[in-house]
Amino acid sequence: MRYQFKTEYIQDIRLFRWGGARAFWTLLGVYTLIVAGLNLFMPGQMTALNWVGLGAVSAVLYTVVVRKVAGDALWYGLLGIVVLTAPFVLDIYFVSQLTLVYIYAIAGVGLMLLVGQAGLISLGHAAFMACGAYVAAIMSQQGYDLLVILPAAVLISAMLGFIVGLPALRMTGIYLGFATYAFAYIFEEVLARADGLTGGNNGMLVEMPQLFTFLDGVKIGGLELGPIVIDNEVKLYFLSLALVALTILVGINILRSPTGRAFSAIRDSEVAAEALGVNLAIYKTAAFAISAGMAGLAGALNAYFLSYIFPEAFTILVSIELLVMVLVGGLGSPLGVVFGAIFIVMVPEMVAIAKDILPPAIGEQPGLKNGVYGLILILFLIFEPLGIHGWWLKAKTYFNLFPLYKQGLFKRQKSYMVSERDR
Amino acid sequence: MAKSDAFLEVDDLAIHFGGIKAVDGVTFSVKKGEVYTIIGPNGAGKSTIFNLIGRIYDPTHGSVSFEGKRISRLPTHKIVGRGIARTFQNIELFEMATVLDNMLLGRHAHLGAGLLSHMGFFPHVRREEERHRHMIEEVIDFLDLQHYRDQRIAELPYGVRKVVELGRALATEPKLLLLDEPSSGLNVEETEDMAFWISDIQSILGITVVMVEHDMTLVNEVSDRVLAINYGKVIAEGTPEEVQVHPEVIRAYLGGDEDEPAEGPKEGEGDGEG
Ligand SMILES: Nc1ncnc2c1ncn2[C@@H]1O[C@H](COP(=O)(O)OP(=O)(O)OP(=O)(O)O)[C@@H](O)[C@H]1O
Ligand SMILES: [Mg+2]
Repeated sequence: MRYQFKTEYIQDIRLFRWGGARAFWTLLGVYTLIVAGLNLFMPGQMTALNWVGLGAVSAVLYTVVVRKVAGDALWYGLLGIVVLTAPFVLDIYFVSQLTLVYIYAIAGVGLMLLVGQAGLISLGHAAFMACGAYVAAIMSQQGYDLLVILPAAVLISAMLGFIVGLPALRMTGIYLGFATYAFAYIFEEVLARADGLTGGNNGMLVEMPQLFTFLDGVKIGGLELGPIVIDNEVKLYFLSLALVALTILVGINILRSPTGRAFSAIRDSEVAAEALGVNLAIYKTAAFAISAGMAGLAGALNAYFLSYIFPEAFTILVSIELLVMVLVGGLGSPLGVVFGAIFIVMVPEMVAIAKDILPPAIGEQPGLKNGVYGLILILFLIFEPLGIHGWWLKAKTYFNLFPLYKQGLFKRQKSYMVSERDR
Repeated sequence: MAKSDAFLEVDDLAIHFGGIKAVDGVTFSVKKGEVYTIIGPNGAGKSTIFNLIGRIYDPTHGSVSFEGKRISRLPTHKIVGRGIARTFQNIELFEMATVLDNMLLGRHAHLGAGLLSHMGFFPHVRREEERHRHMIEEVIDFLDLQHYRDQRIAELPYGVRKVVELGRALATEPKLLLLDEPSSGLNVEETEDMAFWISDIQSILGITVVMVEHDMTLVNEVSDRVLAINYGKVIAEGTPEEVQVHPEVIRAYLGGDEDEPAEGPKEGEGDGEG
């Protein structure tokens, strides 16, 4: 059994609660160095087995060097090794699926902050994704660098989110849901009509973006540098991985900072929040802007992922998918969002498999996928409001307390969803 | 009354909800450092006065000044920055957050770093956070809440919640504290604690207190002056002893003409006037 006492007062605002931040970076650093070295000296020699072995070697090295198995940090370090290795080991199809998980997770972190933390609802997130996607598509066409495109996609979507957030100052709950839905509907229509820019309903092809275009023709010593063109699945995978890590970090930072606290204050009691000096107008629109910015980033990546976008790729169904994702994953934690993203990417696959097995009367029904989403969502809301993240917490507690686990330990932790509570 | 020594000055304040004159031309002033209590039957308009001072409602007419400056046109969220904190009659805590987080929200008006630096959680954000936490620890010690620090509000008994709400108000470092029925729902022992804290808040922390209270033992124990109101109008003001024996006050509590019970239903009394 492992004891987890609170050992330091500010523990809960640290990134790795149980210590080991330095250990985490050491582990990842060791691994990255070895991989980079091997790739440089014997390119194309690595097999799947080699990669796994390398991961194990780095973990052992790390444990020997650091002489400490630091709680969460070790697990995150191992996770880091797994996700860094995955594209070299896995079939290209699974690499794409994982990329999609990251893209959804980016949008999910934003939606989780809005819905779970600030207690606001949005049925319009598909529109923010669409915004990011079209910004990315149009700007790549004109040959901009990703370093310009991505911030632009985030900022423009965030600005749009700010504007859509204005109604939130006057309404909550179902009304806000309808307002954001109406916005998304209008936005989709605008994309379809503005065919000079967006290609209208015919959609537009998305060109492969370039990273570091300023390196074009630059020479250091004998080495000729050049921009990186994101032209295959593996490169897009790493781009998405870097951005999902960044987004999660920003999400965690907001959650542990006064801004996150102010969001939860708005959710739980607007009257008290205002009496304590929380400017509702600023924080509500900020929640929308941040959330929309993250959705825009996901949208931009999605454009490259799909390589062909059209207005109907961003309908209300996408917004609902995103909501199902954060609810099933578990509100209130970025980790939950990742679980939710895995879920949302897996369901269509499962449904596709099920279609072959099920009798045609059920299997051939249109909308089977959405039916499954709905059913699972209802089951989660009734039986596990904390979502998949709740299972995770329970499993963790179970192992930490191992011999002492007793029935009914989690009875008291039953929680409820904050939505339309009497304020 | 000389404006200069008035700390909180409420002048001819009124608000009408449709036909109901919930507050109807109330004037009083509170001196720095005193404990000033507002009493009155249910529905008299006591909480509404607090909501007017706290800028939750716009007054129909009249004004409120604090430290010589008019505050009755300020936006709601600016009030706490002027040094006025409050508790609510029906406890308005952030249910899903911990005691610590609730209290830290009391520091909101003192925040330096902005949203963008929060996203990066830069070193100065962390240092600021630690500073605020030190301040909160003092409040937690003052109110003996160490035991509950990391618990969520939803898990706490009512009596503790009342104390947490008081603590959150103190965390704002107010000059003026508005307490709406601090003892309601508390048992005898908890009410005694509350009385001690209120006197300590006045004498040790030097904070001026305006409170609404029904428990006359508590009122007598801590108040310097008492204001009695009924149907939104002032009926008496003075020391606790004076006000309690005031004929108008006795009549108000005994229920006007009929022999209604002292704590008559809100609606009935409101309708009588409107
Ligand atoms: N927002 C509102 N809309 C309409 N009427 C209101 C509103 N707020 C208060 N009132 C009415 O104003 C009157 C005074 O209410 P208030 O809450 O100030 O009473 P109170 O003195 O605090 O009573 P209690 O001792 O029960 O707390 C009541 O008749 C109440 O119904
Ligand atoms: Mg009241």
